[in-house]
Amino acid sequence: MKSFKKVLATLAGGLAAAATMSAAPATAWEPTKPVTFVIPAGTGGGADQMARFIQGVVSKHQLMKQPIVVINKSGGAGAEGFLEVKNSKGDAHKIIITLSNLFTTPLSTGTPFSWKDLTPVAMLALDQFILWVPADAPYNTAKEYIEAVKAGADRQYKMGGTGSKQEDQIITVAIERETGGKKFTYVPFQGGGAVAVQLVGKHINSTVNNPIEAAQHWKSGALKPLCIFDKERSTYTDKITDKMAWSDIPTCTESGLPVVYQMLRGIFMPGGVTPEQVQFYVDLFKKVRETEDWKNFMESGAFNQTFMSGEEYAKWVEQAEKTHYELMKEAGFLAPGK
Amino acid sequence: MKTGKRPLEELASLFAGFAVVLTPFNLLLMLIGILLGVIIGVLPGLGGANGVAILLPLTFSMPPTSAIIMLSCIYWGALFGGAITSILFNIPGEPWSVATTFDGHPMAQKGKADEALTAAFTSSFVGAIVAVIVITFLAPLVASFALQFGPAEFFAVQFLTFASFIGMGRGSPFKTLASMSLGFALAAVGLDNVTGQLRMTFDFEMLLNGFVFLVAVIGLFGIGEILSSMEEGLSFSGAHAKIRLNAVLQTWKQLPKFWFTFVRSCVIGCWMGITPGGATPASFMSYGLAKQFSKNGKNFGKGEIEGVLAPETAAHAAGTSALLPMLTLGIPGSPTAAVLLGGLLIWGLQPGPMLFVEQPDFVWGLIASMYLGNIVGLIIILTCVPLFAAILRIPFSIIAPVILVICAVGAYTVNNSIFDVWMMVVFGVVGYVFVKLGYPLPPMVLALVLGDMAEGSFRQAMLLSQGDLRIFFSNWLVSSIMTLGLVLLFWPGIRWLINAYRKPKPQHA
Repeated sequence: MKSFKKVLATLAGGLAAAATMSAAPATAWEPTKPVTFVIPAGTGGGADQMARFIQGVVSKHQLMKQPIVVINKSGGAGAEGFLEVKNSKGDAHKIIITLSNLFTTPLSTGTPFSWKDLTPVAMLALDQFILWVPADAPYNTAKEYIEAVKAGADRQYKMGGTGSKQEDQIITVAIERETGGKKFTYVPFQGGGAVAVQLVGKHINSTVNNPIEAAQHWKSGALKPLCIFDKERSTYTDKITDKMAWSDIPTCTESGLPVVYQMLRGIFMPGGVTPEQVQFYVDLFKKVRETEDWKNFMESGAFNQTFMSGEEYAKWVEQAEKTHYELMKEAGFLAPGK
Repeated sequence: MKTGKRPLEELASLFAGFAVVLTPFNLLLMLIGILLGVIIGVLPGLGGANGVAILLPLTFSMPPTSAIIMLSCIYWGALFGGAITSILFNIPGEPWSVATTFDGHPMAQKGKADEALTAAFTSSFVGAIVAVIVITFLAPLVASFALQFGPAEFFAVQFLTFASFIGMGRGSPFKTLASMSLGFALAAVGLDNVTGQLRMTFDFEMLLNGFVFLVAVIGLFGIGEILSSMEEGLSFSGAHAKIRLNAVLQTWKQLPKFWFTFVRSCVIGCWMGITPGGATPASFMSYGLAKQFSKNGKNFGKGEIEGVLAPETAAHAAGTSALLPMLTLGIPGSPTAAVLLGGLLIWGLQPGPMLFVEQPDFVWGLIASMYLGNIVGLIIILTCVPLFAAILRIPFSIIAPVILVICAVGAYTVNNSIFDVWMMVVFGVVGYVFVKLGYPLPPMVLALVLGDMAEGSFRQAMLLSQGDLRIFFSNWLVSSIMTLGLVLLFWPGIRWLINAYRKPKPQHA
């Protein structure tokens, strides 16, 4: 009997060993053909820049055996790209980078997709928003600006932004909670760079540009930042102008404008993929984040470098969707039936 | 913005720039860039923006100056190459070469393809060089001029483009109007940027992206032309042309007398590139004005060499000067410039007003490469003129399927969508029918490419002024552009009045 037990034990041990041996290649899934990286936005914008940057970093440091192919699917405020990924269920060779349009597009246009159709992979960073005015404007703090808006005529102050019923306009509506019933005239333009230039040319009074879009105009002395829409100040302490670093910009909340908003720069996959496949991309993006190139890129755009994956990330996304729903409902931006 | 610099200092910086560029490695990259660019330009759909975007990651391991030299040379190559298929096959390789087809292709049909090609390449070169000179000496000044352009000014420029083009319709003005209206209707499909709502998509996912200009143009012109050729007996009209090796010199002899067209087209091009209106509107505006004011205006559309010079000069001047707002303001003047802008960020350079101060090597290296790249490009492409012209001698039954395949690939590449290929076929039939019924295609194409932009600018301006139309006459800049536009719009009538006044005794009508 003893010998039988022994045999059993060795057999079990062998089985276990065999199991671990076969498990090793199973967990280490990797792409077997080029990976399509979908950008639900046009060429030249923030998401496009980041995706192409990642593509460059991956190929420069050889972080993956297969190449990444980037395609822009910007139709219908990004709906085209999201629908493409939604309809590629189970395809582990497709990833998508998101902007806030992951939440705003289905809510405002009624296009049938939601983040729940996709598999969350990782949050790469959070893009900041800053309230900018021309450098020679008579107000130096967010509070003074809001007072000026309150004192002016309704719709006298013009806020420029990218697109309509998207992040820039949502922030504008959130600011209007504090302006005592006075509204901004919100003017939508095609891209963040153009918005910043319209402000430099004083065709509008203020913008909520991302740091990277307005940084050069700040440096050259054409624009000044009033406050940053984050819970805490930026962590980048290198001086941008003679006097100020990103970290010297007060948060909007501390300057009496309690609005917090950040934009997700995250990665999703189609639904129906295996955990091993998701894990491959999580590891890949961890490697990307460790490169010096990435760190410089983050600093040039003053990104908030929060990284999340798995359950934590999914929860964050769920919460963000709720926040967007509430803000857009309040602003009357929801499509009929939403 | 610093304006205190004297020209001499700029010359010194420029020569320093030449020193940066003139290394064997950089010259090699320049050559590769031009050749790749020409190929990209020839293939419709695979535009400069796509081409640069695809090759961008390759450059991340290069020094930034070498990288931008190669990428900008791809851009020059694409600008040159766009004219080739427009002239030979009536297929615009790039949006800005649509206007080149109007007279370039008829010239090819008359057996003068080599002349048309030489004229196109030479005028591209002239436009580009003038624009580079503007960039070299006027960069700071011009940058501050561009800042004066708000939505009202943009609309005024777009209005001017329409106005300069509207008088040129041959035949019934109602057919012109019908064609243009259809263009506007098609341009409105897709997302409305001002309200963020989808329009006229009827819940079809395929229509989310709207009707893409390039797909429409490939169909209307390319496929339409093949259908017409088939009807006319399966042969190219220009097929019996002899190959003349001295065509380049022959054509050059004709060019000096068109000096004024060159000047006007360069001004239009530089202005549209800087503001930034883009190369495509510039080419249309330039063609429209050339037709209005040329002695041979009536022959435009039948193969006038001037009708090739005007749009090509303007398109190239605009395409080149579009890099200026990108460098000095961080706003791209064209889709390709937008992709290059992304490249700058990746190489660790911040485009914007500080770039000239912080990275002089890079900026002046780029400007020097613009001079060299265009000269190298011109030499390469002119030597190939007889070769390109010889393509027309290939029997139609062999070349037509090849063109069809190129068109289909082009339509697919624009947006990676097979639906666009079907769209192209539909537009091809539409183009054929339109030509048969005497409806002009150019107004429709113009409305399709500019309709969206003009609508956006108009509504932005209306938001700013809260519905007050006087915003279009609120300062000297916008007022003068609008007035110019109105004059051009009514120019045929004004000219008729002038003629009537000069010749009180009407001759037989």
